[in-house]
Amino acid sequence: MYSLRRFATKHARAYEAVYRATELPVLAALRLLSRVAGNRFEKPITWLEKHTKGLLFDCQMCGNCVLSKTGMTCPMNCPKAIRNGPCGGVRANGNCEVIPQMKCVWVDAWEGASRMQNSQEIELVQFAVDRSQQGSSAWIRLAKRESAG
Amino acid sequence: MLGSDSPSGNRQGEMNKPLSHNEHEHHPHVDNPGSPMPVIEGHASQGRFERVLRAGHFVVTSEIAPPDSADAEEVYRRAELFDGSVDAINATDGSGGNCHMSSVAVCALLSHVGYSPIFQISCRDRNRIAIQGDILGAAAMGVCNVLALTGDDVSAGDHPEAKPVFDLDSISLLTTIRTMRDDSMFLSGRKLDLAPKLFAGSTINPFVPPEASKVLQLRKKIAAGAQFIQSQYCFEMDTLKSMMKRAVDMGLAEKAFILPGVGTLASAKTARWLTNNVPGVYIPEEIIQRLETAKNQKKEGQKICVELMQQVKEIEGVSGVHVMAYRQEEYVSEMVAASGVLGGRKAWAPSGWTDASKV
Repeated sequence: MYSLRRFATKHARAYEAVYRATELPVLAALRLLSRVAGNRFEKPITWLEKHTKGLLFDCQMCGNCVLSKTGMTCPMNCPKAIRNGPCGGVRANGNCEVIPQMKCVWVDAWEGASRMQNSQEIELVQFAVDRSQQGSSAWIRLAKRESAG
Repeated sequence: MLGSDSPSGNRQGEMNKPLSHNEHEHHPHVDNPGSPMPVIEGHASQGRFERVLRAGHFVVTSEIAPPDSADAEEVYRRAELFDGSVDAINATDGSGGNCHMSSVAVCALLSHVGYSPIFQISCRDRNRIAIQGDILGAAAMGVCNVLALTGDDVSAGDHPEAKPVFDLDSISLLTTIRTMRDDSMFLSGRKLDLAPKLFAGSTINPFVPPEASKVLQLRKKIAAGAQFIQSQYCFEMDTLKSMMKRAVDMGLAEKAFILPGVGTLASAKTARWLTNNVPGVYIPEEIIQRLETAKNQKKEGQKICVELMQQVKEIEGVSGVHVMAYRQEEYVSEMVAASGVLGGRKAWAPSGWTDASKV
């Protein structure tokens, strides 16, 4: 939802605190769950991720989540799906060139990042998304990667 | 292999003209000005544009709008307008979302006779498979310079019903170019038999929000592999100067050649339309007023452009200027001469090639 998405940007620091506090326990729980129950929970977890992040950030389930590096603003809402924005077409009022009534996702992202403790993460080069992961759960992927590493 | 003393320099030239290997070995570019020169140590490409920049000259670039035509002659006619005044010519890639001859074809035609085109690659129309193929193809046809752009949305152009691709963005595209050139492989990791030798660039716009990202976005592009930067129209020097100052302070002007963009405005009406309708173009009211009160608005627009070029040259950290003269391309040479920014230097252009050499 647009208003909730903007709210997340404005309160990026609080969201970041929640994210930091919950990241490790959530990933640990997911790992435990997958060890005990195998892949049976993947579908409901993906559903849960899609609906919570969808509500809060207008998450598009790209499966390559970078929210914590982009000022708690989902870059997949950029009509050009830019992962390293903004582009050169931002309007003078900070709105999107393609959707003039929408605030540029990357104007929000830089603003959100400036409020965060990890404000420099937005300066890192992000490579384009792996489209084969569209619709899959980034949470599960992260949990699996952690256990593999 | 070829037995050349410059192993990476000559192979691409074979595409330009079917010279025998032996001819290439000792006289790599006698027959055709489009045959590539050897790569100088420390250079990414064998191109003249990179050479002129690295030699420390103030460069001038301009751009041609690829024709709505299948006529190669038209491409040459448009390029010839810049002879002697422009060091490299950008070939736009469906700019504004409008369909024209492909930029890769324009660049191949121009490279073939010896021009230094800059192959603009927009991410709007092609995915990473097509783009990597075009990068190899362009290099094989003698193209030495690429400019990575995200691109305008399809809604801006004459085919709003088209599917926008945006598989990559400009920074991912820079990473892609660098992977192919420096690691000699595709993004998939599959090895290339011969890596493309390309001088890679990208764009910035000092006039768009947010303030926080401006110079950091420039740094990010340089980190991703941009060796030169061309900017959107700069009609207001204070903003450009303050961005350049920050870039110089951060050491960015030493890491990439920065070429601010300037342009001609045909009339106050055009200026007003551009600033109101083209996102990312900012024209201050004083410039519009100056055009409005001028007797000959078109001439005044050119005069403004000349002054902007001169002002750009004075800014610390700037390596050249990019002149955008859409539908006024025939005045570029005149304006460059009037500005004196080349300092008496004549930009090299092919001459003496005949129609036969183009085939």
